[in-house]
Amino acid sequence: MGFLEELKALLPGRVLTHEAALAPYESDALTAYRKRPLAVVLPEGKEEVVAVVRLCHRHGVPFVARGSGTSLSGGSLPVEGGIVLALNRMNRILRLDPKARIAVVEPGVVNLEVSRQAAPFGLYYAPDPSSQPVSTIGGNVAFNSGGAHCLKYGMTANHVLGLEVVTPEGEVVRLGGESLEGVGPDLHGFFVGTEGLLGVAVEITLRLLPKPEAYHTLLAAYRSLEEAGNAVSLVIRRGLLPGAMEIMDRLAIEAAEKAVRAGYPEAEALLIVELEGPKEEVAEEAQVLEEVIRESGAYAVRVAGSEAERQAIWKGRKAAFSAVGRLSPDYLVQDGVVPRSRLGEALREIQRLSQAHGLRVANVFHAGDGNLHPLVLYDGKKPEELERAEALAGEILRLCVRLGGSLTGEHGIGVEKKAYMPEMFAPEDLLAMERVKRALDPKGLANRGKVLPEVVHGG
Amino acid sequence: MEVRASTLGEVVEAVRAYPRLRPKGGGTKPALSAPREGEVGLNLSGLSGILEYTPEEFVFTAWAGTPIAEVEEALRAHGQYLPFHPPLKGKGATLGGTVAAGLSGPLRHRYGGLRDFLLGVRFVDGEGRVVRGGGKVVKNAAGFPFHRLMVGSLGAFGVMVELSFKVFPYPRATRTLRAKMPSLNEALSALERLRLLPLDLLALDLVPPATLELRLGGFPKSLKARLEGLKALLAQGGAQTEVLEEDGAHWEEVRDLRFLEGSPIWVKVPAKPQEVARLEGLPLGPRRYLDGGEVLYAGTGPEGLEALRRAGLPHLVLKGAEDPLYPPPPEAFFTKLKRALDPRGCFPLG
Repeated sequence: MGFLEELKALLPGRVLTHEAALAPYESDALTAYRKRPLAVVLPEGKEEVVAVVRLCHRHGVPFVARGSGTSLSGGSLPVEGGIVLALNRMNRILRLDPKARIAVVEPGVVNLEVSRQAAPFGLYYAPDPSSQPVSTIGGNVAFNSGGAHCLKYGMTANHVLGLEVVTPEGEVVRLGGESLEGVGPDLHGFFVGTEGLLGVAVEITLRLLPKPEAYHTLLAAYRSLEEAGNAVSLVIRRGLLPGAMEIMDRLAIEAAEKAVRAGYPEAEALLIVELEGPKEEVAEEAQVLEEVIRESGAYAVRVAGSEAERQAIWKGRKAAFSAVGRLSPDYLVQDGVVPRSRLGEALREIQRLSQAHGLRVANVFHAGDGNLHPLVLYDGKKPEELERAEALAGEILRLCVRLGGSLTGEHGIGVEKKAYMPEMFAPEDLLAMERVKRALDPKGLANRGKVLPEVVHGG
Repeated sequence: MEVRASTLGEVVEAVRAYPRLRPKGGGTKPALSAPREGEVGLNLSGLSGILEYTPEEFVFTAWAGTPIAEVEEALRAHGQYLPFHPPLKGKGATLGGTVAAGLSGPLRHRYGGLRDFLLGVRFVDGEGRVVRGGGKVVKNAAGFPFHRLMVGSLGAFGVMVELSFKVFPYPRATRTLRAKMPSLNEALSALERLRLLPLDLLALDLVPPATLELRLGGFPKSLKARLEGLKALLAQGGAQTEVLEEDGAHWEEVRDLRFLEGSPIWVKVPAKPQEVARLEGLPLGPRRYLDGGEVLYAGTGPEGLEALRRAGLPHLVLKGAEDPLYPPPPEAFFTKLKRALDPRGCFPLG
């Protein structure tokens, strides 16, 4: 029996090979990249994932695990001649234990679903990538997804307590446990963010947190991006630790207004600050915040007086990405990080680069953790505009690294940014990653072609 | 035998010169840092000092041998602290030793443990190569996160030389509420109830047989109101409560694990409130459950250690045993990582 026949025997009726059925899996949210896989398989339980990975290992066939395909870095781009393990059918919450404050889930569970199921117990799952209504926990684990609350709450890695992983050679191993504390090397922490290169997570234990008692959400309008950026620094200097601080520039505001009519004031820059905690504490912090915002030169301030008003403030921010899509036929989004105190400098430089390359750039970003999201607008139908957009995006990445930051805050390296890895890491660092990859995946089957740049790959 | 390394170059040299090394910082966890037969001790206490600290970034980078006390002093000058509350600070614990042991103190309850605050590492692997993982910004998803691999590693993958951490503003004021409950059962039900509420406590400890200690931080006025609320809540379970207005010294003693002094063996046991009743059945000595029952620090003798092993409970011995880690890390994943980074088996574990 050949590979495909064996595969079909393992998962009868759940192996897709027809062109039309494969088409939706050819790319993820980074649509500029496209590859046709040999087949897509739809496992319904972890035993099936194990069996498929073992089969791939035996035949030397590369595999890419995939959830909802929301990766913005091409992290779930198929490999030609390889298969895609589409894990969306593995979408059961296996156990939700409020007393232990954990949820044990399959990788295909949608992020927001965890919080929805935990809500009756007053608990929630903290990481909130903008994709959370669709993206899956498995994908969040692979890419160490973030969201708007990372300064205070950390990223996905900080909320994963345990994992069951199928290694690229088909071994099944449990990493971590159920407690917030462990003993021995933090192997589950290490696995999170390795972008599927070291195996497939088939069961994930998540920590749940009590939902904050009170929120205080404020929207402030500024005459320049720099003023908004400075306001963030002022908030931090006053000893406040907001749950979220977000900034949008004029282009992003206009787009959000057109898309969802959030009712935002006209401004060069908008800052959203959200405090959260026990109501007495939030009330005191809110007074400090009010003072800071007044000093920061905001010319219009709006405070949410109800949950509905709070949601209205967030609506525009959350819609900003897709809204910017209406301003332009195509866009590239980067998510480089800069030290918070260099935000103003970074934004000025991005503006300069945008003019120099003759392409518009909209900015929506997590200001609290210095995580930029410049959206480079282009028209793929115009000759060479994609190349120009990529060049501009690359310049922005180099800028982030130069300012002491990172190539990516939450989207991951994927295929898109691997060529830039040598900008951030020395050859020795990359070779160490390479050695780890080779030790766990000698045949190089798990998510081949991602993260590690080709240059070092041979070394 | 012991050698000292006070610079990156000296660490590389030592790794190349000796076939088996056991790094040591302040030596506060002797079960982890004392050289075994055939090993050379690598004393890193000279590899010390803060390299970068920008208070506004909430980030600092320091040499791995830097004492926690030195770091905290620098942070305090800017109203900041290490929220994971590294234990044994007063005894001379260092950043590197804390990471290798994977330890957090009582204040971890508020914002998380060591693993939630380590941002980056530079280490020397088993072949003497200098490798960097993570970064110096609070959010970062680029490359394999070697820094997280260091947490609790016992030094298995390399000698840490440089570490970057996230820090937070220290609360304006703190208070501690001590609640004596009628029995362990009542203490446990109160604990379980408190864990589900959005109280933002700095610490939530259970001191057997039946005392809860709650630490709050925030604005003085808000603290007062919150304390009253907590007292009322605990009174329902039959608590006798007292408030510690000046609570700093008390928590320094706790984080220094002073309650373990006098016990021959010190052990850390990951737990859950649901497991406390079972743990309380074991022959353990002075002890305290931190972070709402998520971790136990206990003093014991050989019979307590034996009981933990027989019960199959994972634990780490900080003092008083030759073989500190139970169980050994999962073979299929760990051994391969170890081979990739320390192929000659120069470092502890495996």
